[in-house]
Amino acid sequence: MSTGDTPVNSPEIRRLARVLEPGYSYASVTDKIASIVLTRPTSIGWLAGFSIAFTLMMVLLGSIAWLITKGVGIWGINIPIGWGFAIVNFVWWIGIGHAGTLISAILFLLNQKWRTSINRFAEAMTLFAVACAGIFPLIHTGRPWMAYYMFPYPSTMGIWPQFRSPLIWDVFAVSTYGTVSALFWFVGLIPDLATLRDSATNKPAQIIYGMLAMGWRGSARHWHRYQSAYLLLAGLATPLVLSVHTVVSFDFSIAIVPGWHTTIFPPYFVAGAIYSGFAMVLTIAIPLRAAYDLQDFITMRHLENMAKVMLATGLIVAYGYFFEFFMSLYSGNKFDVFLVQQRLHGPYAPYYYALILCNILTPQLLWIQKVRTNVAMLFVMSLVINVGMWLERFVIVVISLTRDFMPSAWGRYQPTFWDWSTFIGTLGLFTSLLFLFVRGLPAISIAEMRELVAHEDHK
Amino acid sequence: MNLPRPHLYGLLGEFDSPKQLMAAAKKVREAGYKHIDAFAPFPIEGLSHALGLGRKHDLVPLLTLMGGLGGGLTGFFFQLWVNYSAYPMNIAGRPLNSWPAFIPVTFELTVLGASTFAVFGMLALNRLPQPHHPLFNVERFKRASNDKFFLCIESHDPKFHLEETAKFLQSVSAQHVTEVRDED
Repeated sequence: MSTGDTPVNSPEIRRLARVLEPGYSYASVTDKIASIVLTRPTSIGWLAGFSIAFTLMMVLLGSIAWLITKGVGIWGINIPIGWGFAIVNFVWWIGIGHAGTLISAILFLLNQKWRTSINRFAEAMTLFAVACAGIFPLIHTGRPWMAYYMFPYPSTMGIWPQFRSPLIWDVFAVSTYGTVSALFWFVGLIPDLATLRDSATNKPAQIIYGMLAMGWRGSARHWHRYQSAYLLLAGLATPLVLSVHTVVSFDFSIAIVPGWHTTIFPPYFVAGAIYSGFAMVLTIAIPLRAAYDLQDFITMRHLENMAKVMLATGLIVAYGYFFEFFMSLYSGNKFDVFLVQQRLHGPYAPYYYALILCNILTPQLLWIQKVRTNVAMLFVMSLVINVGMWLERFVIVVISLTRDFMPSAWGRYQPTFWDWSTFIGTLGLFTSLLFLFVRGLPAISIAEMRELVAHEDHK
Repeated sequence: MNLPRPHLYGLLGEFDSPKQLMAAAKKVREAGYKHIDAFAPFPIEGLSHALGLGRKHDLVPLLTLMGGLGGGLTGFFFQLWVNYSAYPMNIAGRPLNSWPAFIPVTFELTVLGASTFAVFGMLALNRLPQPHHPLFNVERFKRASNDKFFLCIESHDPKFHLEETAKFLQSVSAQHVTEVRDED
């Protein structure tokens, strides 16, 4: 936003445009990031945060144990609402993961320098979100110990999975996504693990990081192949991330249920995924940079750019909502028209209005630069968008299933205590993993930060 | 005293910046050394070129292509075999070879095959994991993963001569020229 009175070269503008604060050398970048893992004592804040997260993770394990003991009847699902929280949470978590891949792969291909200091923990976020997402369809099967039936293996019964079903596509999409994200993350970590191996002063750390670094020594020959593998992985992860949420949307749009059977679902699901993912990256980045004094690495430029991506994807999502609406009315299909009415005036209308408020109206504040550069506001907004995207999935899953074609088949859905405890439990699992990650591995890619230092020196 | 003399791996010169390393790498190659390698804490553009490693040294893209093709073809024909002959089922009157429905899984397996080949191919070509390397005997080499840049002339290079090569490395402004030794 140009106000007219700020010259282009003003210190303020330069401050907002920096991806790395000046005055860093290779050694100081290395030391600053590696010290979080190697030398800093475990803080009270970390212990307190990890304890809370770990407790919530125990809630998850307890809920799953109870679920396996009693069966899915402890949840609020019934007929006709067979999907409920499990699928809402699955779609929400997997969507959150997508921003990590977008940052690490797509922004890498587009040569965006500002991805450098946020890609590592965003990729970690992806992995942990996929781990949380994967739990839901698994336990939703009711007999998770039979889940291997979904994989094609030569069984003595001679049966094979049904490859025409989107649910089987999902198995392949999500497991491939998890594997490729883990590989991408690990490849990025190798040079940093070597740094930790070489800077560690105690024996156990040297041995553990040494094993993980696999003898990386930064040879020019190695870097050469490393870079081409990294570039290829980025190129492969880009269509992969788009395909994963497309396949997730197929779970809905291949069915003929009103409100699901629409061609706009794949692009609008992908945009929604990136939207919620960027919100989650901000939710993590803002406390992280404050807790470990990383404001010089995760600068205002990063936060502002993420806010802009959120605004853009939020507008695509809004466009999706609008066209979902418009096409239902324009088609004249009475079930689709009825579904629109149900969203606006049905028993779940408050959820729908809350969704519009969280996902469409609130983010419009991001047009204002003062909001985009206000850390507290951004943090609150990222939480609001996370809630909004969860509501979106709730609206899609529940409203359509409660209002099927026949009034005799209508129903209501009420989540139970165990629905909530499982969901909140996965938040615990996610945050526990993040806490461990921040303490055990470099949260910012050290090797790439050195490249940035070299680049800044060169200018 | 006749202590077993550890085998000499090469001579290692240390540099302060990528620019110095690049300049030295060019000079070392011009001087006719063939068995050389450089070490840096981050990838340096043009370094592999300066060392005389062409594109042909990089088999990773080819391996990735093979992995992708292998994954995709296996995925597609496997689904076809399952639906056509192993376990034919009439789903909503669709033909047994309803190939468009097989594309999502085919795509995922293409990406999976290509990615695993890219990563494990890169590691295999780099001969990693490699727990021990003579360079790790050099205390200063720890900084190769931090803020220093190194150039190593290996002892099996035909032009290698302990004193002269050391002098030569110093003449291309290397600091701390170190002998790299290893027990064998």
